[in-house]
Amino acid sequence: MKAPAPTTPHATGASREMTFAEAIREALAEEMRRDPTVFIIGEDVAEAGTPFKVLSGLVEEFGTGRVIDSPISEAGIAGLGVGAAMTGMRPVVDIMFGDFVTLIMDQIVNQAAKIHYMSGGKLKVPMVLRTTLGATRRSAAQHSQSLHAWLSHVPGLKVVLPSNPYDAKGLLKSAIRDDNPVVFFEDKMMYQLKGPVPAGDYTIPLGVAEIRRAGKDITLVATSSMVQVALSAADMLDKGGIGAEVIDVRTTAPLDKATIIESAKKTSRAVVLDEGYEGYSVIAEGAFYYLDAPVKRMGARSVPVPFSPVLEDQTVPTPESVVEAAKKLCGKL
Amino acid sequence: MKLRSELLLRFYRQMTKIRLFEEQVNQLYLSAKMPGLAHLYIGEEAIAVGVCEALRRDDYITSTHRGHGHCLAKGASVDRMFAELLGKEPGYCRGKGGSMHIADQETGNLGANAIVGGSAGIATGAAMSARMRASSQVAVCFFGEGALGQGLLYEVMNMASLWKLPILYVCENNQYNEYTHYRETTAGNVARRPEAFGLETVSIDGQDVGAVHTTALRLVERARQGKGPAFLICDTYRFHGHHVGDINRAYYRPKKEEEEWKRRDPIRLLAGRLKARKLADEKALAGIEEELKREIEAGVEFALNAPYPDPAEVDQHVYA
Repeated sequence: MKAPAPTTPHATGASREMTFAEAIREALAEEMRRDPTVFIIGEDVAEAGTPFKVLSGLVEEFGTGRVIDSPISEAGIAGLGVGAAMTGMRPVVDIMFGDFVTLIMDQIVNQAAKIHYMSGGKLKVPMVLRTTLGATRRSAAQHSQSLHAWLSHVPGLKVVLPSNPYDAKGLLKSAIRDDNPVVFFEDKMMYQLKGPVPAGDYTIPLGVAEIRRAGKDITLVATSSMVQVALSAADMLDKGGIGAEVIDVRTTAPLDKATIIESAKKTSRAVVLDEGYEGYSVIAEGAFYYLDAPVKRMGARSVPVPFSPVLEDQTVPTPESVVEAAKKLCGKL
Repeated sequence: MKLRSELLLRFYRQMTKIRLFEEQVNQLYLSAKMPGLAHLYIGEEAIAVGVCEALRRDDYITSTHRGHGHCLAKGASVDRMFAELLGKEPGYCRGKGGSMHIADQETGNLGANAIVGGSAGIATGAAMSARMRASSQVAVCFFGEGALGQGLLYEVMNMASLWKLPILYVCENNQYNEYTHYRETTAGNVARRPEAFGLETVSIDGQDVGAVHTTALRLVERARQGKGPAFLICDTYRFHGHHVGDINRAYYRPKKEEEEWKRRDPIRLLAGRLKARKLADEKALAGIEEELKREIEAGVEFALNAPYPDPAEVDQHVYA
């Protein structure tokens, strides 16, 4: 079965074959030409163009004032990015390996993600934090993790996971223009993957999944590196007579729940495929056929904790709200 | 440098406003009218006022959990401050931030921060942004000596010095990291740390608003002219506890020490100076205090009577 028409508008520029890395570089270059407040800061981003050579050539065009080599101080450059973003700039902070987000957690989780909310909507943090994910590069435990789930868990952050060169360019442009802190994860194994990329300007909205391949028997919901895996699996399944529908989530925050739910309703089966660690869904996976109702999850409301008591008291489950949810599941409400 | 008399009177007014504000905050806590806790700035007023009076309105500051003094000194109004402390809708952050997160864009206040040292990156980034936009703004990063234990501070001081960013780091050494004397947590000579990064470093008496102001003025203008960042160490003392609930303090600091420091109350020192120079008499100073008391009372009334935010606002402002 062929892929259905894309749900987001296609660009009009002439399409070229381009690698994922080139698509990222082109998005940055175009945005830096368009908007003088966009700048890049990170380790070895200028003349070296990063160890993956993703940024090669940018410093020649934009100079060291806008493509800034920093010390090896991840927390420091993330913090500088937050402050610069709050005061009129649009920084793109380069965190070489996704594993290093451990070093910047306070700046991204306690600062960037919460500043808009804590200030009652007055301050904004239009910052992009580009980093990588993905194993199988033989880089071992501290240079291979896919930690996007951690950050997808934090209200106030957007998390982007492009799976091909076309999306990489369009999603990065949207991320740079977004007024929120956006963490942009690039699969380092995908940098040399080629695909069609239109010349000129186009954006892909954050929060819209794409159905990469239609199928009627099972839904494969995939992110980033796992989209290619899902597509390969779908080919193999096809030969065995099973039609798999592949959904490329593209952003985990915001998450396009409607597209996923619609597909699952259609196929009635699903596999969720992600390179991060999977550790939950205990009952849904272990006791599904014994359930009389879907599992209801209750937790903190998806907001930073507000100070005002009238707001804060709504953010945590109470015995009353648990009773209400339980009664509903028991059909007694 | 002789400070003009109006300026000294203005310092007196600002410092007294902070003192009265904080005393009122303590009352709100003791009478159970304020949700949560607050960290009082009483005893340290000369630093916020001396530094902020050296700044333009559009210069940036970042503040700390002990931040009410910085906000007021940079120009925040008493009524909206109280409203925020009570979680009310007209508060600076619509009640969402509270005591430890007051931000006010209008006065260049990029926000108080409840992570110790957490705003060092933000302030340095604001300084970098000012440089890139050629706005000639300066950023001031206020923090307590407890932040000297945080690595982030050293990362950003290094970059500020490398790139000659227009920033002043103000270390308010009130002697205690929460409940532990800083000598138990801080090795070596504090001033040598920023000096090692090439920052212009000055240590002064933080109880002397004149000294704070003249030094800050020099360091701020130096930074504004592109001559690089500076580090100002102000020796001071937290007259109250770590927060309003920290009342029995004998286990970590002797009463005698508190009494000794209170003899160096920055407001009384300034009052003495004003009287000695015959710039104001007792009556004139009492008049200023009465006027400020009325402002504080009106601010509290405003906040107590102000509405809470609409409960539906809980989901607003997560994303811009």
